[in-house]
Amino acid sequence: MAWFRKERKPRQPRREKLEIPPDAWEKCEACGHTDLREKFIRNLNVCPNCDFHRRIRAVDYVNLLLDDNSYDELDVDIRSVDPLSFPEYPARLKKALANAGDYDAIMSVSGNLGGMPINLGVMDFAFMGGSMGSVVGAKIARLGQRSLERKYPLVLISASGGARMQEGVLSLMQMAKTSALLAQLAERRIPYVSILTNPTTGGVSASFAMLGDAIVAEPGAVIGFAGPRVIKQTIGQDLPEGFQTAEFLLDHGMLDVVSHRRDLKSSVGGLLRHMSGQPAATSWVTP
Amino acid sequence: MSTSIMEFEKPIVELEKQIDELRRTAEKRQLSMEEEIVPLERKLDELRRTVYTTLTPLQRVQVARNARRPFTLDYLQLAFTDFIELHGDRLYRDDAAIVGGWARLDGDTVMVIGHQRGRDTKENLRRNFGMPHPEGYRKALRLMKLAEKYKIPIITLIDTPGAWAGLGAEERGQSEAIARNLFEMSRLEVPVVATVIGEGGSGGALALGVADRVLMLENAVYSVITVEGCAAILWKDGKSTEMKERAAKALRITAPELMELGVIDEIVPEPVGGAHVNHEASARALQEALVRNIEELRRFRPEKLVRRRREKFLAMGEFTE
Ligand SMILES: [Zn+2]
Repeated sequence: MAWFRKERKPRQPRREKLEIPPDAWEKCEACGHTDLREKFIRNLNVCPNCDFHRRIRAVDYVNLLLDDNSYDELDVDIRSVDPLSFPEYPARLKKALANAGDYDAIMSVSGNLGGMPINLGVMDFAFMGGSMGSVVGAKIARLGQRSLERKYPLVLISASGGARMQEGVLSLMQMAKTSALLAQLAERRIPYVSILTNPTTGGVSASFAMLGDAIVAEPGAVIGFAGPRVIKQTIGQDLPEGFQTAEFLLDHGMLDVVSHRRDLKSSVGGLLRHMSGQPAATSWVTP
Repeated sequence: MSTSIMEFEKPIVELEKQIDELRRTAEKRQLSMEEEIVPLERKLDELRRTVYTTLTPLQRVQVARNARRPFTLDYLQLAFTDFIELHGDRLYRDDAAIVGGWARLDGDTVMVIGHQRGRDTKENLRRNFGMPHPEGYRKALRLMKLAEKYKIPIITLIDTPGAWAGLGAEERGQSEAIARNLFEMSRLEVPVVATVIGEGGSGGALALGVADRVLMLENAVYSVITVEGCAAILWKDGKSTEMKERAAKALRITAPELMELGVIDEIVPEPVGGAHVNHEASARALQEALVRNIEELRRFRPEKLVRRRREKFLAMGEFTE
């Protein structure tokens, strides 16, 4: 459409201070392209050569989506326990807390996206593979509850290998818990946008991730019920090229938008505006 | 199936054979051998009791998966009447790994939906070992909505190793199909009672399991992952009995353990020696439990039923703060 154009603000650097030694080089996992680390970061950790979307942390997505790097983190004191006395689980939790941070596999925040107040949950694969246990389920349910109370849209970003085995069937029940909460949001007509990043599989994909009013995915993200390795094992043959990628799911009618990381905020913002009766963020220019 | 005799059952099977032989001899020779048979039968009963009260979690998995156990269609014959099977999801095809339709429970119409395994290879191929594709879950949801339309209670029977992991299943949205069922089941305005009758395998089981009451047969198991899968991931060994036993213990998958965790509401007793030794008795116990639970749930108004079901699942999980 030629008769309007988006007014783009110049992009602000994602991080306040980039203290990177000039000789820090990084290599793209997908194409092998080598570039300055700073260049990768400036490009939101998308390979400047092949567009491969590298994995980033939950807080990076929060800063990417919310206005002015400003947000309130919610439910910061909630911690996983070991309800089954599962072998090695306390040790693994301790390690994850030390290495990945203290918000478990999901960071819950509230803030503004394009001037609209939203509740946002971002999963972090760095914390035990983004596995969903009781804490992830509870944080999502509480975000949903806040959305119900304030009538703010809910946005969830998934990155997960599935349920947290170490919490047994309690982790399975988080699928029912999160889905039940989303049914309440739907009944109250509160918009919910689900964003899928690499990877989104197992119990997360088979619950809240696939229940968005709109489902947006990052390019190349692997999305599926069973992981590619499991399917390969089951069928005893190699998987077709591109199987279970975001583009594959788009083709098969399983999601709405494949969005480059740099467009994620405007994609989600646009969707939320349509669903919550807000005016467009774009300025209309008569030719 | 020769594989359906489980290792720990061998002494029981031996004794059963011995009694059978005595019976045949007695018949052939027109003799009364009750004096020999009666004590042996008592011994058999005791043996069954000892073996089945001391089952390890892994042995419970074997019992739950056993091909001689009653399946959904067996219960439909024994615990219900007037079953009319309904087919297809109206979108793609009929998935034989899930069966469902109208039936009567103690005279009243109910909708029964369950996973269906096969007893032999041919039947298992047709039923895909009770592992549904998305169309199976979509058929299940269609039938649930149909029941809701006519204010008819829904009974689900869970018996699956898990949802199928394959090309077609992924292409047609296995994740979405399961997620949709969780979402919709949480808001059905009719009583829903789910029973794990054999193996309750992960999301593929839960997709029929968001219910007002979740029952479990005494020797059934319910788990987030198979013991083999768990052992393979954690200890790089999904084959040895030792590691599978370790996983089975760690995951807390037996009915008493899940009762303690608050995930299930009731354990349905099985006959001594397991459901497979007496299908009729198992069906009677299940029928009794279903009738009682449905009757209790009928007392709630639809809004209250939905609210209670939601609250129940929203309360699940353990953490500190
Ligand atoms: Zn690259």
